[in-house]
Amino acid sequence: MQKAMIERAKQLLDDGTVKRVIGWKRGEFAYDITPAVFETADELDKDFVFDDFTAANVSKYLVKESSKEGKVLAFLKPCDTYSLNQLTKEHRVDRGNIYVIGIPGGPKLDIEKIKAKGITGITGIRNENYTLKIETIYGEETMPFYEAVLDKCASCKSKKHVTYDELMGEEGDILESNRFDMVEKLENMTSQERYDFWRSELSKCIRCNACRNVCPACTCENCVFDNPKSGIDNKAPADSFEENMFHIIRAFHVAGRCTDCGECSRVCPQHIPLHLLNRKFIKDINSFYGEYQAGADTTSKAPLNEYTTDDCEASIVHERGVE
Amino acid sequence: MLKVSKSKLNELFDAIAAKQTLYLPVDRNDGASEYKKYESGMTMSKALNTVRSAKDFFFPQTENLVDFKMEGKNIEVIDVRKESEDFVIFGVRACDARSFTILDKVFLSDPVDSFYKNRRDHGTVVTMACTRPAETCFCKTFGIDPTVPEGDCACFDDGENIFFLAHNDKGQKFVDSISSLLEEGDARKLADVQEQARAVMERLPLAKLSTENFGGDKLNEYFNSDKWAGLSESCLGCGTCTFVCPTCQCYDIKDFNTGKGIKRYRCWDSCMYSDFTKMAHGNPRLTQLERFRQRFMHKLVYFPANNNGEFGCVGCGRCLSKCPISMNIVKVMKALEDK
Amino acid sequence: MQVNDNKDFQPLIVAFCCNWCSYAGADLSGTNRLNYPTNVKIIRVPCSCRVNPMFILRAFQRGADGVILCGCHPGDCHYTSGNYFTRRRMTLLFSMLDFLGIERDRTRVEWVSAAEGAKFAATMNEFTEAVRKLGPNRRLEDLRCRKQ
Repeated sequence: MQKAMIERAKQLLDDGTVKRVIGWKRGEFAYDITPAVFETADELDKDFVFDDFTAANVSKYLVKESSKEGKVLAFLKPCDTYSLNQLTKEHRVDRGNIYVIGIPGGPKLDIEKIKAKGITGITGIRNENYTLKIETIYGEETMPFYEAVLDKCASCKSKKHVTYDELMGEEGDILESNRFDMVEKLENMTSQERYDFWRSELSKCIRCNACRNVCPACTCENCVFDNPKSGIDNKAPADSFEENMFHIIRAFHVAGRCTDCGECSRVCPQHIPLHLLNRKFIKDINSFYGEYQAGADTTSKAPLNEYTTDDCEASIVHERGVE
Repeated sequence: MLKVSKSKLNELFDAIAAKQTLYLPVDRNDGASEYKKYESGMTMSKALNTVRSAKDFFFPQTENLVDFKMEGKNIEVIDVRKESEDFVIFGVRACDARSFTILDKVFLSDPVDSFYKNRRDHGTVVTMACTRPAETCFCKTFGIDPTVPEGDCACFDDGENIFFLAHNDKGQKFVDSISSLLEEGDARKLADVQEQARAVMERLPLAKLSTENFGGDKLNEYFNSDKWAGLSESCLGCGTCTFVCPTCQCYDIKDFNTGKGIKRYRCWDSCMYSDFTKMAHGNPRLTQLERFRQRFMHKLVYFPANNNGEFGCVGCGRCLSKCPISMNIVKVMKALEDK
Repeated sequence: MQVNDNKDFQPLIVAFCCNWCSYAGADLSGTNRLNYPTNVKIIRVPCSCRVNPMFILRAFQRGADGVILCGCHPGDCHYTSGNYFTRRRMTLLFSMLDFLGIERDRTRVEWVSAAEGAKFAATMNEFTEAVRKLGPNRRLEDLRCRKQ
């Protein structure tokens, strides 16, 4: 697939359809892939890579790239296409300036899971029939492929590309995923247990803002957390309140617009399960206001921008879940 | 060399904790390790390194500097400085230990930062030599030997025993305080373990990385390099690298109105942020390219220029594993060197 | 759940009241000499949908033990549709606060019209008692802002 992608990209560059290509660049090791923009066939041949570690969602970079002269070619996995649709709906990208090739989705691998097994000194990783053969300085290790899959890929909601100009590989389907299982589990805990769980997770937060910066729904040019006039421009979490506040507000700002791409949790250096907050909002919206998937199309209004005269009251919170 | 058997580690930690606060790296349930205050029964992590570096102990993420109370037009200034308690940080790796030398150059040079000095004077750094370096390690590039770490007292693990070697008075005082639990040991097996670790260092993918092409004299050449555009392209400006880095030391000072007074505090800042160095007219570093360039020029060119060739990086490898888009100082060095 | 019968604890309640309906309702309960607790601090907003989730969190940060939002009845908003958005927004916000382990009884949305002076007083009395039972807000408090 990598070869086919490079060839097609070279063709499109050659015939002038696109002026640049967004993809993934090889790194120092088998797993440190950096999203990058390629402008020549040579660069593509040398560095372009598409493998089990190219999990990064490149749609956010299109905000900048689509405003440049000339079209940009973007290879988008199914989850990434939802993000692009959402960005198009919010007029953050110039869709006409993007040529989208839909590529097969994951499951992609999580190097942290491999390292959590104590495997270190990694010099190479091979996938042989869904067993990972990992070459290290300390000898060869093996691990089942499925134990190293990214959490977001393990609860994949859709292999269907919702926007593309061309498709490589087959058209996929929307899947029955188990993505709300953990949310439900938390809802069924007591209030004290939930509080303890979130305190233990959010106290790890170092306010690095990786989650906010990688999120395709967070495209504000002047974020409220960087604005000294907002009163909440804390740079560092001075105490538990500020740790909570950042995440509640951020999840709220993206509520109804979050496509559940899972990048926030993937990039968190402290492994905080941030996707649970966003999924809680999605689950609530689905149950209160009807099934809604952000990014499935480019015309529907976000649930928080809409209302019906017989929406449920806020007191419904008292009637659900466990106290 | 004095040693203690690994089976008696808990006794050792209990003895240290009885006299001063003890911090050691402990495993978390998500697989990573972090420094925690020791409580009886905790086991030291076997992980190579913690997510957050040990600089947190001397340069915490947030720190209150001074408080103000207003009564009409009168401002009362309240000094909130407290003498730090004595504490021991156990299990610091060679890279983090070297980072203290770098931070000392910044905070302990004139005018001395009293908050940092207070903690530094009361803290004893007990380091632990590495035996299984990871592929992301490149401390050797900066002249650090992971098998013989710096710090006040160095520890070495030969599989069965932990050996202690004091490097200075503070370290000696530490060793003396636990000497009742230590005994003389045979260091021959240790020498083998160290040789093995050194051999592994040679085989690491980043073993050949060198700083010979970096330093103050390269300022104009690297500043004007056309490589920065490509390198900074996918940088999200999130600041993760600066927060996990053991040598990054930039901070912001902010006032917080509690409703009952003002607390002036300092907190970590990141040169990657869009409002770093923002002044009345705006930010002189207009795009991410300038900010990205600034961080690496500081570590590889400006810092050595101002500090007798000492580089602002210790090769710990945290930026290699924590950057959300896998950009890091190694990729920058290789791109700049490659003409 | 904490049950606190401490009659000495005086919770701090912040009430966001919309100018046209609920603030007028509060006024009416005053002119009718209907008592409601002095613990309640009213903040007048033009419409209940002016209330940003940040305001609610900030109220808790600055020492509030309970926050209540009052607005016009749905369908009767002075600005036609403001309170519909409030309803959606606050439902989601309160659900999220519950998810994070913040006690449910600390937040409420109540629709009070300008003629419902009695309802306003009764609601405030009831809400203050419910929050008193829960005790001081410890889960969503900012230690720096705590009363010395």
